[in-house]
Amino acid sequence: MRISLVLSEAATGLRRNLTMTVAAVLVISIALALLGTANLIRQQINEMQKFWLGKVEVSLFLCRDIDSDRATCPDGAVTDAQRIQIQQDLQELPQVSEVFYESKQDAFERFQEQFASSEIADNISADDLQESFRAKLADPENDYNEVASAFEGRPGVENVVDMRSFFDTVFNVLNGFQVGALGVAFVALIATVLLIVVVIRVAAFSRRRETSIMRLVGASNLYIQLPFLLEGAFAGLVGGLLACGALIVGKYLLIDRLFRESFAFNEASWIDWGHVLTTCGIVMAIGLLVSIVVSYLTLLKYLRV
Amino acid sequence: MIRLDDVTKLYPSQGRPALDHVSLEIDKAEFVFLVGASGSGKSTLLRLILREERATDGQVYVAGKDIARLSNWKVPQLRRQIGTVFQDFRLLPNKTVLENVAFALEVTGRPSHLVAKVVPEVIELVGLAGKEDRYPGELSGGEQQRVAVARAFVNRPSILIADEPTGNLDPHTSVGIMKLLDRINRTGTTVVMATHDADIVDQMRRRVIELELGHLVRDQARGVYGYAR
Repeated sequence: MRISLVLSEAATGLRRNLTMTVAAVLVISIALALLGTANLIRQQINEMQKFWLGKVEVSLFLCRDIDSDRATCPDGAVTDAQRIQIQQDLQELPQVSEVFYESKQDAFERFQEQFASSEIADNISADDLQESFRAKLADPENDYNEVASAFEGRPGVENVVDMRSFFDTVFNVLNGFQVGALGVAFVALIATVLLIVVVIRVAAFSRRRETSIMRLVGASNLYIQLPFLLEGAFAGLVGGLLACGALIVGKYLLIDRLFRESFAFNEASWIDWGHVLTTCGIVMAIGLLVSIVVSYLTLLKYLRV
Repeated sequence: MIRLDDVTKLYPSQGRPALDHVSLEIDKAEFVFLVGASGSGKSTLLRLILREERATDGQVYVAGKDIARLSNWKVPQLRRQIGTVFQDFRLLPNKTVLENVAFALEVTGRPSHLVAKVVPEVIELVGLAGKEDRYPGELSGGEQQRVAVARAFVNRPSILIADEPTGNLDPHTSVGIMKLLDRINRTGTTVVMATHDADIVDQMRRRVIELELGHLVRDQARGVYGYAR
């Protein structure tokens, strides 16, 4: 078999069928980019969960003097007896693995540190801040409600806050994006399949003289089909490369440039280039596989061998 | 070389078989005319030999092989042993004479030094020396058919099948093509030619097989086109 001849046949086919091929390439790349995006969002969620779930805490904010107007703190500031009781009860709960106490002074120092460059820090005194207990949970996935309900409304507890409720919102939004990306990717994949069918059909039709003669003089089936399969594979490959490029640019612009600076999350909770490259590989493989399989099935129907 | 054993071919959409229990044998290096009205089954018979179609019933043997048992990927091997020429030439308009003939060798994977050697020889054999670089559109019908014959013969097939090769040509040009086919036959190639051209059949005096509505009605060693003339 002469590879150079097969390649030149494939190239001729691509040139003749350029508009359709370009359309197919673009739609493939959109489908694949969205598939990749969905996959990256899934991995982002995983990363965040892995990183944050171990650190999820339930915070019990205790009443201050100035909180007496709040429904949860009718008696004003928490008393020493209440504080001790709360700490004991927290430590006795089997769901709680560790308890930290943050005094007003601790809170003030942390505040000063966080807002060191801001004028707010100068106008705040330790008394303005709340003392709190931070409870680490043994099984953060399931235990939040039990711990929270045990302390909500208890005298001296102003408010119970769980970091999970914040992350749940984030995860829900991300999940929504993932489902949306998958949905559009699915539709684009269907369009891709249809376009490849048309591309191969048109190619088979425009080269029917050549293929009928090839058949008559005894060219092997593979030799006759290969230029068409290469055409399909080429569309899949270029589409995959474009999708990869989009994913790389997207990760750089969105995560590295935008999110990482806007949100003060720890480094480890963002997906890295490894994730992007793996996703690229998957996406290219899917693109090649889909385009080759669809091309082949189309040939079975539209090209007699 | 070619043997049909009680072959029936029924196309799904038609009530009457295109070939109805036809048996015949064609020896190596024979020259056979296949005659009969349109729809008598000539083309179907040729297509069966090429395994473009499979017999509904009975066996077709080509070069000693039962071609119904040939697996699909071996069919190209069979077709390399059979050259084909058609009424409508079937040349590639965007390729020169040389390229059209070389195409048959290239797509079957022959090495280029062989192509470079064999193709000019065959073009010379069919009498087109000097016109290698012409395009089919620049040639007369007779010349185009010579290119088609060259392409069919360049693989040195043991069988040459011609489906009304003179159907589009004037009588004088047809004689030229027939001389060419005769020459090819004399190299030991079996030639099976379907035709409506009574003059040619009568002049050549070769074996004539006549089909009528799918039945074999005549098989004559040195026959003419029809009794009724």
